[in-house]
Amino acid sequence: MENKIMDLKDKMVSSFLAFENNVDVDHPIHDIRTEAIKNFELKGFPNKKQEAWKYTSLNSLQKIDFSIFPKESNALEYKDVKRYFLHEIDTYKIVFIDGVYSSFLSETTHDGVDICLMSAALSKPMYKQIIDVYFNKVASKDESLTTLNTAFSKEGAYIYIPKNKMPKKPIEILHFATGNEAAMLLQPRNLIIVEENAELQVIERHQSLTSNDVLTNSVTEIFAAKNAIVDYYKVQNDVENASLIDNTYISQKSNSVVKVHTFSFGGKLTRNNLNYYQNGEYIDSTMKGVTILGEKQHVDHHTLVHHREPNCESHQDYKGIYGEKSTGVFNGKIIVDKIAQKTNAFQQNNNILISDNATINTKPQLEIFADDVKCSHGCTIGQLDEEALFYLQTRGIPKKEAAALLMYAFANNVLESVRIPELKMRINKLIANKLGVQLGFDL
Amino acid sequence: MLKVNNLHAGVEGNEILNGINLEVKAGEVHAIMGPNGSGKSTLASVIAGKEEFEITEGNIEFNGEDLEEASPEERAHKGIFLSFQYPVEIPGVSVTNFMKTAINESRKARGLDDMPANQMLKLIREKSELLEIDRKFLSRSLNEGFSGGEKKRNEIFQMAMLEPKLAILDETDSGLDIDALRIVANGVNKLKNKDNAIIVITHYQRLLEYIVPDFVHVLHDGKIVKSGTKALALELEDKGYDWLKNESVV
Repeated sequence: MENKIMDLKDKMVSSFLAFENNVDVDHPIHDIRTEAIKNFELKGFPNKKQEAWKYTSLNSLQKIDFSIFPKESNALEYKDVKRYFLHEIDTYKIVFIDGVYSSFLSETTHDGVDICLMSAALSKPMYKQIIDVYFNKVASKDESLTTLNTAFSKEGAYIYIPKNKMPKKPIEILHFATGNEAAMLLQPRNLIIVEENAELQVIERHQSLTSNDVLTNSVTEIFAAKNAIVDYYKVQNDVENASLIDNTYISQKSNSVVKVHTFSFGGKLTRNNLNYYQNGEYIDSTMKGVTILGEKQHVDHHTLVHHREPNCESHQDYKGIYGEKSTGVFNGKIIVDKIAQKTNAFQQNNNILISDNATINTKPQLEIFADDVKCSHGCTIGQLDEEALFYLQTRGIPKKEAAALLMYAFANNVLESVRIPELKMRINKLIANKLGVQLGFDL
Repeated sequence: MLKVNNLHAGVEGNEILNGINLEVKAGEVHAIMGPNGSGKSTLASVIAGKEEFEITEGNIEFNGEDLEEASPEERAHKGIFLSFQYPVEIPGVSVTNFMKTAINESRKARGLDDMPANQMLKLIREKSELLEIDRKFLSRSLNEGFSGGEKKRNEIFQMAMLEPKLAILDETDSGLDIDALRIVANGVNKLKNKDNAIIVITHYQRLLEYIVPDFVHVLHDGKIVKSGTKALALELEDKGYDWLKNESVV
């Protein structure tokens, strides 16, 4: 037999011992980690036989010899990575390079709110109570990739917004991979708590600066208390050898509003597991996405909204544009418990295929146990409207630009709800770049 | 300016245009009338270059140049404009931004730089006044939620901005009330001069009371069966299209 690389699962499990040498094993969360690695050892990586992974294969990623602990952290000059920041406006920044916090690139605060690091929150006694109450409380305890992250959790963003507070500016969470190692596995762990009447805006981005393989398996837990408002933006525009598994778990209390926008333009393989749990009444859970893919890119959006109380709403609106040999998946699951009367749940997934070789698999999954609810879902798969293209061409706009304008118009209602104008402008530029056009005005 | 020579065209083997001959000179207004399904809109689309239609015989010349190989945008750059019966909605792109793109793409094709912003604004102001268009209207998404009248007025506004040599107005009067019709027709009349030409395609002669044609052609079964002056339009209004159908059989 050939010299076989150790199976990634075995490698992860055996690395746990080495990991334990570098963390405080007496901390209560270490019991959580230990439980988690046991679960992962039992389950391993998901495979295509599982319904939730039918269209997304992790096989080729598991063949890569990933380095799990970066040996040293690279320094980055701000000028070299400035373009990945929303530099047009002032923001708080929590920045990691190869999984290691970069104080040089970051701008954190403890002024009335805590915008800092998970490692600090885990080690300092003043945060102990909050960690006890929230850490790993909404994240799944049996989904294997989540438990893999939990087992190795020690670094990421920690954000705590007390009652009635709102940070002065949006927060950017940025993860850079420099290629210091041949191939790297990163597992950031974020914890975000927004107390009553508090408000928060977050922009998250993962950016590889290397052509080496990078796999990020990220877990984010968000807790929104009564009347809290959270706007979370995920900008996924990574390079072609970078893959991302994003596991986001959101727990909402009464009258809170949590909106997650996911913009997926880049990367090799991206899997978004976005899970909402409603634990109160009059909650608004909104998730929107624009996906534009080419080459052999693959993006899989798996959403879950669990309506557990009456009088709540959920809104899902995902638009996808697939070119070349790209593949997309949308699976939207809505569970309405028997008690959750007067639920309004809406789900929309519209797709345009601009190549004969592109594929989209779209599936709504509704499990409704209450009788007085309004649930609607709709999926469409189409092509660009020839008549509309002709209309634009008769105005002197070349076909390529005309197609881009139509695709932009198609994705537009998702962009309308972006509340940071500079971010909206940036997304517009990313869309124009992705579509390969200059339209003579900023979209 | 425009010469249509024995034009046969159709879709997937179904011939819709059956040997059209038409010459339009600078400074002229031509009306093309005819019953539903006679090929009026097809003729407009074929002149504007819609790829769906295949020309099986004959050709179209514009200022002495055969248009066969020209894409719709190239025809637009040469000065052909088609006003649509059903303009397309483009959410998220304002009327102003759309016009900027259209004008600058035409300039690019002619080797010119983008129009300076102040000049663009001046042009937009001037042309919007011509068509009695509210400034607020210009920042709305193109055609999205526009009434029928607003859409048509916006088509003529685009025509005013692009200053084509040949404008083809396809059923511009449909869906317009009398006030909107008057505004649209006034706009067209103000844009008309000795160097450009207009083809008005319409089912009814109502619009021709406002935009007075030099020539009227009647299309039936993909052929021009009768040509004449404005009087022909009135005759059609009186008698309907049936007498022509009978006549063409004879």
